[in-house]
Amino acid sequence: MSLWPLLGIVVLVAGFAAGINPLIVIVAAALTTGVAAGLSPLHIIAALGKAYNDSRYVSIIWLVLPVIGLLEREGLQERARMLIARVRAATVGRLLIAYLVLRQVTAALGLTSLCGQAQTVRPLIAPMAEAAAEIRMGSISSRIRYLIRAYAASADNVGAFFGEDIFIAVSSILLIKGFLQQSGYDIAPLRLSLWAIPTALMAFAIHGLRLWRLDARLKRLAREERS
Amino acid sequence: MFAGIAVRSLGDRANRRRCGNAAFWGLLAVSFLFGSELGDLANGVLVLALTAIGAFAMGLGSPKTTSVAQREASARARGNAIFMPALLIPAVAIAGTLTLGKLRVGGAPLADPKQVTLIALALGIIIALIAAVVRFRPPALAPVEEGRRLADAIGWAIILPQLLASLGAVFAISRVGAAVGRIATTWLPLGHPLAAVVAYCAGMALFTMVMGNAFAAFPVMTAAIGVPLIVHRFGGDPAIMGAVGMLSGFCGTLATPMAANYNIVPAALLELPDRNGVIRVQIPTAIPLLLCNIVLMYTLVFRF
Repeated sequence: MSLWPLLGIVVLVAGFAAGINPLIVIVAAALTTGVAAGLSPLHIIAALGKAYNDSRYVSIIWLVLPVIGLLEREGLQERARMLIARVRAATVGRLLIAYLVLRQVTAALGLTSLCGQAQTVRPLIAPMAEAAAEIRMGSISSRIRYLIRAYAASADNVGAFFGEDIFIAVSSILLIKGFLQQSGYDIAPLRLSLWAIPTALMAFAIHGLRLWRLDARLKRLAREERS
Repeated sequence: MFAGIAVRSLGDRANRRRCGNAAFWGLLAVSFLFGSELGDLANGVLVLALTAIGAFAMGLGSPKTTSVAQREASARARGNAIFMPALLIPAVAIAGTLTLGKLRVGGAPLADPKQVTLIALALGIIIALIAAVVRFRPPALAPVEEGRRLADAIGWAIILPQLLASLGAVFAISRVGAAVGRIATTWLPLGHPLAAVVAYCAGMALFTMVMGNAFAAFPVMTAAIGVPLIVHRFGGDPAIMGAVGMLSGFCGTLATPMAANYNIVPAALLELPDRNGVIRVQIPTAIPLLLCNIVLMYTLVFRF
């Protein structure tokens, strides 16, 4: 077996590091790896086309754009701001910790699709977090605004990844069970779920702590920008 | 939706690169409408064309929307009713996920059981769109124009998730996974239980970063290191190894642009100028969490 196909990974890392447009980098990496593995260019392009077509379902998420656009046109973000202004205790950190808890607990109960980047983060959580920052600190710079949005997205990911494995019927648990079965070990899914709990608690502790310290960090950033 | 955006882009005289935008959204519409009828090679050429136009020839359109003042007035007038369509999306998505898989028409399942979550999400979005149009009565073209506003803001990144999935497929037929597994087993000193645990957990995270998916990494790393070394040679517990190993892979998912669904799509949806903005704030969680996983596995796997 040859190690040459790994060249594609080198192209990928170098391309991303050099700041070249990712679309170009990805196509170049695919061609490099394919050629290194002895495939003909036409064969690689056909493989790209087939996989692209087969994965169209991931783009279902973009259907949400007209809905969000319409609601924003009608003042969704402004309303989220008015709502959060009424909750005196609300800060960016506290709001996102609450969302992290909600996300992790619902994912652990198997309700993974209740929340998500398109379902909740973009239309609700991110505008509320931005509003909470504006109420505390007055107007915020776009740099701080983007940072808050990124943290909102991260709370969703961390909550989902490290919550869903506590639910016994999730696909990753079934994959682990299936693979270990092939290797001769018959393991109840419940045991796998139980052993996901320590990591879930650690994930909450680490990310929760970072979110808790986010408020102070935002304040410091705002102060630095003013001076 | 993309066809509508393409047509409106072509008429947008404020955008000097309107032909590029129209071609990009038009080709995307072709892919969604006729992708299954085109052959693999034609789809491949379509991907190359989208890549070239997306990288070099797109501008920002200027669709009609409302001003900040209008939005504040509207937010006051509409009250919390404005949240109703936004809340409908998760409500329908969860109800659909729980029920759609069980519905049967003439003995055949109504929805592909593997795609129930996505179908339910799409259903939730469509119902929310109808509710928003009925409730707020916007101009007829507003859904397309608002969709175009956000789609232009996302730009070429809209095809990134699918393109990364295609790269994963090329990696798979080029046997990149096997090559990584070989490096992991031949070049690493794995004579001690701790070394095996570190190699397995860190390998899961790194391999997941390359492939963008912990599910692709798990079989390779577990067959190369997990089962032969941690379980057979050192007598570890397979359940703990599997559970914590997979979660080590998820630490890698937090840190890679290859996991475009989780990291690049949100950055685009939230209109972050830095496509890696979400990854940047997740890496400081991913690294200590991976260390925790290594410690957890080392202390637990040989005890139960």
